[in-house]
Amino acid sequence: MNIRTFITYFLLGLVLICVQILLLKNLALFGVAMCFLYLLAILSLPVTIDHVPLILISFGMGLTVDIFYDTIGIHAAAATFIGFLRPYWLKVISPTGGYTDSSEPDLKEMGMGWYFTYAMPMLFAFSLVFFLIDQWGTGGFFQVLNKSFFSSILTFVLAILVQLLFFKRRRGI
Amino acid sequence: MLRILQFLYSLRSFLLFVILEVVAVWMIVANNSPQGAAFFNSSNALTGSVLQTQSDVVDFFSLADANQKLTEQNAALLEALNQLKPVSDSVTFELDSAFEATFEFRSARVISQTVRFAQNHITLNKGAKDGVKEGMGIFNQEGVVGRIKTVSENFSVGISLLNTGLLISSKIKATDVFGSINWDGGNANEAKMLYVPRHVTAQVGDTIVSSGFNAVFPEGIPIGTILSIEPGSDQNYHDIKVKLSADFSKINYVYLVENTQLPELDSLHQEAEVINEY
Repeated sequence: MNIRTFITYFLLGLVLICVQILLLKNLALFGVAMCFLYLLAILSLPVTIDHVPLILISFGMGLTVDIFYDTIGIHAAAATFIGFLRPYWLKVISPTGGYTDSSEPDLKEMGMGWYFTYAMPMLFAFSLVFFLIDQWGTGGFFQVLNKSFFSSILTFVLAILVQLLFFKRRRGI
Repeated sequence: MLRILQFLYSLRSFLLFVILEVVAVWMIVANNSPQGAAFFNSSNALTGSVLQTQSDVVDFFSLADANQKLTEQNAALLEALNQLKPVSDSVTFELDSAFEATFEFRSARVISQTVRFAQNHITLNKGAKDGVKEGMGIFNQEGVVGRIKTVSENFSVGISLLNTGLLISSKIKATDVFGSINWDGGNANEAKMLYVPRHVTAQVGDTIVSSGFNAVFPEGIPIGTILSIEPGSDQNYHDIKVKLSADFSKINYVYLVENTQLPELDSLHQEAEVINEY
């Protein structure tokens, strides 16, 4: 990873966190669907990134969002979870012929069908962990499933829109 | 030894994952006790100033609404003041200082707030510098909003009434029956009134106000109205749902109330080994 791509990813993360805490913090469609757009930064990191930095980055981003949400630890726990999960999931759904060295798991490069199987379960796993911890001890597992399902759908739709609007066709080249 | 180290190295990502999850869970537990001290919250200077700027912009759009509500309250206060004025043709006398008001009021602006979690908080733009202390009550012209949890120099964070960990001592205004208001984590407009015995008769639509028993809020600050009364699963108590009078989706300006005699009352309770319910 050269310095240029590093800066690109850093800026992407920063912008997404700002959008998350300034615009999306109080958004909840119909009271159930929340949007965790900052996860797009974790999902878009290159395929070849090492597992340890990936987990650390996820934890860091989760904690940053937590500080502004006053939900210390909840985002961090859930984001760390999907950071840990990501390489295994990528391995499971690898396309025939595997990934190339410069593969980026985003919409433009991999196509809609692949991206759906990649992002949707990850977002759902995040939402499930998030709402489970949030509602811990106050019952209502159905409510947790309900919120997780709709939140992951909303986040997915917004992630698709952001990629269609703002991601360049081929970064670097 | 080398084998063990190699083995651990091969597991490094899993170990890191476990360690970070433990750290996160520890932070969740350590920061969630209602009165616990919080370090990383939005009352620290950097996050506070970011949220303040955001709220400055967003609040601009709701100024008209906020103004109107403040004007309405001003009118109500003027009317109350008018009634309290001594009539010119009658005799008045000063009460003993022991009967003087034990409550002090301050105002603040909400700069950040959540309603979508099970544990909701609100951040205010006043802090220790402005005389805000931990444990003060928060309310607005519509009703009770919450309690201060942590205070920093310029900001403070309160536990919202929409927090499953907060109990507010309350009573049914018409019959003076006591109970505790607690939110169940569901609908942001409804809460539950606990510990109202079965033999009590209450009616749908009755007003619930603060009882003045936990000495955080003065008596009579509105909390809500009874939405439904059902014989709950507990044999001894009613299952009462309360519609909250404060609209938590648009709270801009709030009042803080401090009971100046609270420390004395607390130490008395401690001496008498009475557990005062918050």
